[in-house]
Amino acid sequence: MSIELRNISKKFGHFSALKDINLEIAEGELVALLGPSGCGKTTLLRIIAGLERPDSGHVMLNGVDKTSHHVSSRGIGFVFQHYALFRHMTVFDNVAFGLRVKPRRDRPSEAQIKQKVSSLLALVQLEWLGERFPDQLSGGQRQRIALARALAVEPEVLLLDEPFGALDASVRKDLRQWLRDLHQELHVTSIFVTHDQEEAMEVASQVVVLHNGNIEQQGSPADIYDYPRNAFVSKFIGQTNILSWRDLRREWLDEASLPGEQPGDGAVAHIRPHNISVEKAVSDIDTPLTIKDWQHLGAIIRIELRYPQLQAEHGSVIYAEMPTERFRELHLEKGDAVAVHIKHAQWFN
Amino acid sequence: MLKPISAMSAGSLQALNDPAWVRWSLIGFAFAFIALFLCAPLGLVLYQALAKGWDAYLNALTHPDALAALRLTLVVALITVPLNTVFGIAAAWAITRFEFPGKSLLETLIDLPFSVSPVISGLIFVLMFGSQGWFGEWLSAQHIKIIFATPGIVIATLFITFPFVARELIPLMQEMGNEEEEAALSLGASGWRTFFQVTLPNIKWALLYGVLLCNARAMGEFGAVSVVSGHIRGLTNTLPLHIEVCYNDYDAVGAFASASILAGLAVVTLILKTLLEWKQSRA
Repeated sequence: MSIELRNISKKFGHFSALKDINLEIAEGELVALLGPSGCGKTTLLRIIAGLERPDSGHVMLNGVDKTSHHVSSRGIGFVFQHYALFRHMTVFDNVAFGLRVKPRRDRPSEAQIKQKVSSLLALVQLEWLGERFPDQLSGGQRQRIALARALAVEPEVLLLDEPFGALDASVRKDLRQWLRDLHQELHVTSIFVTHDQEEAMEVASQVVVLHNGNIEQQGSPADIYDYPRNAFVSKFIGQTNILSWRDLRREWLDEASLPGEQPGDGAVAHIRPHNISVEKAVSDIDTPLTIKDWQHLGAIIRIELRYPQLQAEHGSVIYAEMPTERFRELHLEKGDAVAVHIKHAQWFN
Repeated sequence: MLKPISAMSAGSLQALNDPAWVRWSLIGFAFAFIALFLCAPLGLVLYQALAKGWDAYLNALTHPDALAALRLTLVVALITVPLNTVFGIAAAWAITRFEFPGKSLLETLIDLPFSVSPVISGLIFVLMFGSQGWFGEWLSAQHIKIIFATPGIVIATLFITFPFVARELIPLMQEMGNEEEEAALSLGASGWRTFFQVTLPNIKWALLYGVLLCNARAMGEFGAVSVVSGHIRGLTNTLPLHIEVCYNDYDAVGAFASASILAGLAVVTLILKTLLEWKQSRA
């Protein structure tokens, strides 16, 4: 089901949670609503679900205006951050709930329900847990049961509120991959809320970045990473070096061949660490950069470059990244002078 | 009492183990207090009720006035407890699920019957519905009798037992949040279905506990009911009022026989309460 939001606004008291949001999501996408806490992403998700009413604007599902439709008639599945499993029901009854509350003419027989629930439990790989109660399950198991329960009514949209927020790091990693696979299998339009940019980039096919109740950018993970539309998105997604034009010496810029147009005086350059390639300095070049330290991140090395004149956000340090093998070949030592070449930079005012 | 604190700084283990004589004298004191002020009176009630033998006891209980009082008490409880159960659930729902202006005022007002002396609440109803009261003329014109009649007793009891169910439910429902209900709605359940299949099972033990306390108070209320009832024997006397009337007539057996019924109710309430608390802790 395609989703279209038109001019959605929502206030809580005097606080504007969402300001005139317009968003289109094509059928079959797996979308991440990404933003820092308090940016309005959960409110937006709840408005799509019908759990919250917008002050103005329209929610269109498959081209039909469903703004005034009750949550129970929107054909959505909602997975809550804290699972919200019915604590007094077994896992089986939890998953069967949505089928059993259907009006009599649509309700499957008990045998069909049993078969459907079993296949859903198999889908989330927890078939042996049917008779347990929610408080006997681990966090990851509860989350998967909550997902099976939402899928039981065959929703046309799956909405997930911080689905991995309350889980251990290792479980979270597994579940991310699993959610991706599941989406590829079912192809149901899905939206999940997260504040973790890594999670959004890893799982989603489309990322929507929210900030202060506005959509800052929408696009594929690669788009957003490589072509952030503004300084907020660039800073929020991935690591970036933020260098102010005032702090950069002209000669050094030429030498590093910093790309982009000649910016104004208040401009800042955002440069991803992997877009800075580091070479050992040849003796006759005057370079201000020396190696301060480095960290092994597995296949890549993150190098900290000291640049004394710089008033950058991280102190006077620029981060660069390169493959570990390349780093070995260069035989760099702490304190070595280095020359850099900047492959790509984004200028923001 | 300062000593254990200085001992705690020396070593917490020592501080946690008070000397045996402290422990045993405190425990002994607690039990002696309960025996003197709770068990002894209860025993005395039974002793006095049976002082002239079983026959006198049964005669006192089956006296028409006693039976009428028992019947009225049951009628009042049967009306007020269900009404206040519904009200308690509605109030707890409104307070924990909605945001509205005046919410904290409502929360405070629910406690009002706890903070007002029951006699005052009785008097308020006399002032409102009595023959000299605000609605008095209109009511007598319609031939409706509220004060010195069953409706007045029901209204006074309703007021007194207002808070019990809501007070039990509000903290529980606040702690549970409404995610489970939202989940049920998102799965296509109707509001009623969500209430009966999701909310009610989660609050049932607290609800029963509130109903139990509400019932105990509805049957035992004296002050407010005494003011509005008029003490008409066989007509507007509830059990507590009947006891007072018998006692004032120097009918000790009559008074204590009826008292034994209320005391029995209290014991049953306590046992059920303990069972419910045990259930709740396991739920």
